Amino acid sequence: MTAAKENTQTMSTGQKISNALSDRRVHLAGFGVGILLIAIAPYLGLYPIYLMKLLCFALFAFAFNLLLGFVGLLSFGHAAFFGMASYISAHTIKVWGFTPELGVAAGTLVACVLGLAFGSLAIRQRGIYFAMITLALAQMVYFFALQAPFTHGEDGIQGVPRGELFGFIDLSQTMNLYYFVMAVFILGFFIIYRAIHSPFGQILKAVRENESRVTSLGYNVTALKVGAFTLSATITGLAGATKAVVFQSATLTDVHWSMSGEVVLMTLLGGMGTVLGPLFGAGIIVTLQDYLAGMGSWVTVITGTIFVVCVLTFRRGVVGELTRMLRIHS
Amino acid sequence: MTGSDYVLEAEGLTKQFRGFYAVNGVNLKVRRGSIHALIGPNGAGKTTVFNLLTKFLDPTSGRILYNGEDITRSGSAAIARKGMVRSFQISAVFPQLTTLENVRVALQQPTGLTHKFWKAEKVLDSMNEQAMGLLEAVGLQDFARVHAGELPYGRKRSLEIATTLALDPEFMLLDEPTAGMAHEDVSRISALIKRVSKDRTILLVEHNLSVVSDLSDTITVLQRGEILVEGDYETLTNNPDVREAYMGTGHA
Ligand SMILES: Nc1ncnc2c1ncn2[C@@H]1O[C@H](COP(=O)(O)OP(=O)(O)O)[C@@H](O)[C@H]1O
Ligand SMILES: [Mg+2]
Repeated sequence: MTAAKENTQTMSTGQKISNALSDRRVHLAGFGVGILLIAIAPYLGLYPIYLMKLLCFALFAFAFNLLLGFVGLLSFGHAAFFGMASYISAHTIKVWGFTPELGVAAGTLVACVLGLAFGSLAIRQRGIYFAMITLALAQMVYFFALQAPFTHGEDGIQGVPRGELFGFIDLSQTMNLYYFVMAVFILGFFIIYRAIHSPFGQILKAVRENESRVTSLGYNVTALKVGAFTLSATITGLAGATKAVVFQSATLTDVHWSMSGEVVLMTLLGGMGTVLGPLFGAGIIVTLQDYLAGMGSWVTVITGTIFVVCVLTFRRGVVGELTRMLRIHS
Repeated sequence: MTGSDYVLEAEGLTKQFRGFYAVNGVNLKVRRGSIHALIGPNGAGKTTVFNLLTKFLDPTSGRILYNGEDITRSGSAAIARKGMVRSFQISAVFPQLTTLENVRVALQQPTGLTHKFWKAEKVLDSMNEQAMGLLEAVGLQDFARVHAGELPYGRKRSLEIATTLALDPEFMLLDEPTAGMAHEDVSRISALIKRVSKDRTILLVEHNLSVVSDLSDTITVLQRGEILVEGDYETLTNNPDVREAYMGTGHA
């Protein structure tokens, strides 16, 4: 290797250090702005219900991206956690009289346990086999939801009271509900962000890049992956349980395999493996669904087409392509 | 005669791939504190032996003892934690992590920090000094913040050795550590292996015969999955079988 080449590499070393520093600062500033935007969005003419739906799905996509983007695992059964948590949250609030935060916690907990079980069963499978096993397990949950008495089959659980948060904050007030959902979203987002940027996340990234090498360094890769799967399922549950409070219902849609597909779509559209990609992906899908709501099954066709076009033209997703363009121009 | 003299003893080690014996009845003893080379033509089964010893492959038959303990049924990660750590023939770095982070992945393993998903990764900065020391040992200190994927091939191999060394293994298995390296890199790595062998045992697959003769206390020649002969460099060069089977094929 020539001396000149060494030189350019050393120079880029200094550059990289300053990049890393500014990265951290940019993230912090970004979070501040993001939280502010979410807080004032309802006053900018956006419907709170639309925003809350968006936040729930964005959280779902964040949780999914933790697995797909940072561990390289494609689950095709995440609807099971999303839907089951929403049933549990709806049931415990409506029938058992839980306060909203307890109902959401119960749903999240069930998703966590389910995630641990499914993760342990599926994790030894690779690639497409992993996706198939998670799909099969999720289909079992779907049939359970179809048959179990408390889920009310085709009708689902309807008319869930929004109740009072901690027993004294009235969530039937839309803005109270909105800030509750925002708080849940921020909590979930920070857990995922922290997990990605933790000693645990560091090894997950290593697993994504070279699993055998991680094993050869003495790590129990299976346990690490089950851990990541469980964490992802738990946050997915948090999103599903919260959605049940927002829409005051839990239905088969949330546990259907097409919901598992939707979150894959959101993550890929937004840019998998990017921190903010899933938010944009969820934004695109939720907005499309709202705009095209009157068009029936055409919604599926149109989102499908957009997906195909996106995959063909910008594979890294919206955020992935944007960061790449910024890098090229800087 | 067991345990203390030999770090590793493999008896009747055999691996069959669909009726084909990649490794066949190999008896291998690696003396504690030695540098032991495993040589042989391409396809002789050297990498497969590594995969068997570190349990990346299950042997069809045979027994493996590490420090006298039967590890034939142990898992790869458990074996690594016992102090027997391998490198890979095909460069095994984490391309999207920086060189420093690559080494830290190994340093992190014994710390018990790994399951802590709620801690900021800043806690890992406490390992930077140690990681830099390891990078210096392999001449990579100027590349600490470079993504491993951007390193030239020879430097990737150096990084891999630094990462392996980070675990301070009692027994280190290196699969062709100098393959594809420029001449000056080869001598640096060879010197490094010699230096770090002071307080550990090394099993080495190596094609470069000058490196082998420089470093090895014992050499085992593998051919078509079986041991052809074993001894020191002197013995081997005088062995007609070896000359014909190995050195005659132009590897020297
Ligand atoms: N996973 C595998 N499946 C089938 N054959 C294999 C596998 N791994 C290695 N082999 C075969 O075993 C033989 C020995 O390979 P290897 O151990 O890589 O040789 P070496 O490292 O000495 O060059 C080769 O013929 C190779 O094709
Ligand atoms: Mg080999």
